[in-house]
Amino acid sequence: MTTPAEYYQRNRDRHPPALTPNYKTSIARSPQFALISLEQTASEITGPTFGHGDIAPGDNDLIKNYAKTGDPIGERIIVHGRVLDENARPVPNTLVEVWQANAGGRYRHKKDTYLAPVDPNFGGCGRTLSDDVGYYAFRTIKPGAYPWRNLINNWRPAHIHVSVFGASFSQRLITQLYFEGDPLIPLCPIVRSIPDADAIDQLTAKLDLNATIPLDSIAYRFDIVLRGRRSTMFENRPEGN
Amino acid sequence: MTACDTLHETPSQTAGPYVHIGLAPGAAGFDIYEQELGWDIAGPNAKGERIRVQGHVLDGMNSPIKDVMLEAWQANAEGHYAHPEGGGAVEDGFRGWGRVITDFDTGEWSFDTIKPGAVIGRNGRMMAPHINLWIVARGINIGLNTRLYFSDEVVANASDPILNVIEWERRRSTLVATRHDDGETPVYRFDVKIQGQDETVFFDI
Ligand SMILES: [Fe+3]
Repeated sequence: MTTPAEYYQRNRDRHPPALTPNYKTSIARSPQFALISLEQTASEITGPTFGHGDIAPGDNDLIKNYAKTGDPIGERIIVHGRVLDENARPVPNTLVEVWQANAGGRYRHKKDTYLAPVDPNFGGCGRTLSDDVGYYAFRTIKPGAYPWRNLINNWRPAHIHVSVFGASFSQRLITQLYFEGDPLIPLCPIVRSIPDADAIDQLTAKLDLNATIPLDSIAYRFDIVLRGRRSTMFENRPEGN
Repeated sequence: MTACDTLHETPSQTAGPYVHIGLAPGAAGFDIYEQELGWDIAGPNAKGERIRVQGHVLDGMNSPIKDVMLEAWQANAEGHYAHPEGGGAVEDGFRGWGRVITDFDTGEWSFDTIKPGAVIGRNGRMMAPHINLWIVARGINIGLNTRLYFSDEVVANASDPILNVIEWERRRSTLVATRHDDGETPVYRFDVKIQGQDETVFFDI
C-alpha cells in the first residue's frame, strides 16, 4: 500500500501552542516558523511495536517496583483507564510509561534539589502495555505538589507524566495527568499553556469510586485518546485499523 | 462536541526536565528495570552500513538544550519498517526505534544504527533515505517532528518528495546531516536548531 490510510490531522487548537510566554522556558524553545504539513507516508503511519518481552509484569506497580525496606509513604492510588483512538476504538498492546514525584513532591533525579526528601522505597516510574481492549492500570502513591522556578511562587499541581505510543509514529504523545479537585490546576502556567478549558478537563483524572479498593486504594480514571485513522471506502483496510 | 461522534486527542504537555525518570531511569541516577528500552535500534543482524548519528539540540540563544529526549524511527537498509504496514520483512532483532537523551553537561546526543534505505512514498515515489526524529524537552509543549537526511545522498535528496514540499530551498539543508569519515565508524552530524535564521524544519505530520 503506497498511499496509506492517514491519521486525522492533529487539532492544534486543543494542544498548547509552542510559544506560551507565561511558561518561560517555552520562549527560547519554541519554533518560530510554521510547521510544514505533510501528507503521511509509511514513515508516519508506521511506528515501533512492543511486546511482553520488553517489560516485566510488576513494572506497573510503583508501590512495589522500587520498594526496599517497605512501601513508599503516601496515599495509595490506582490510575487506570483505556487507550482509545479518536474513533473510540481501543488501542491494544501499546506501551504506556509514567513518571512522577513522590508524596512530598520530590523526584528521584540527580537534578532535582527540592528540599522534600527522597523516599527510599519509591522510584517513581512505571510502564505497562494496554491489553486487547486498550485497558491499562498502574498502582502508585499520589504525587505531591512541588514548587518550580518560573514565577517565583509557581507550584505544579499533583501530576503524573504519561508517555504513549499508539500504532504509528504520528500518534506519539507525552502528556501529564492531574487529579480532580486540585486547586492548583487552574493556576499552573504549564496547564494554562492549553488554551481550551475542555481540553484541560480531559487531562484531569476523575475519582472512580467503583474501581476503588475498599480499605486499600483510591482509584482515578484516566482515558487516553490518540489520533484516529481515516477509513477508506474503496480499499480493504488491514486488520486493526 | 462536533456533529460526528468522535473523541478528541488527549492534549500534549511538556515532558519536563525529569523525563529520564520514566524513560531512561539509569540517567536519572537509579536502577529499576531489567532493561531500558530503545538503546539498540538496528540489532546485531541488520544489513547495511553501521553509522553513528550525533548532534545537539540548540535553543534560541544557540545554547545546547541539556534535558532533551529524542526518539528515532527508521527503516532498514531495504527501506522496510519493522511494522505490519512497513513494506516488507526486516532482519530478526531490527526494531528501527531508538531513544536517546542529551548529555547533562554537553547537551550532545548520539546513537548507533545502520543507514536506512530509500522508502517508497506516496504514489510510489521514492523517498531518500531518512530517519524520523521526535524531540521533547522542558519548555517544548508538544513534541517536535523532523527528519534527518544524509549528505552523501545528493541525488536522492534532490528528488525527495518531502524535501521538495519545503518552499524555501535553503531551509531544506537544515534536514541534511553531514557525513564525517575520520574515525572507524562514519559519523553524521545533525544539529537541530529550534529558532533563528537556520531554524530546523519541523513537520506537522
Ligand atoms: Fe513533573
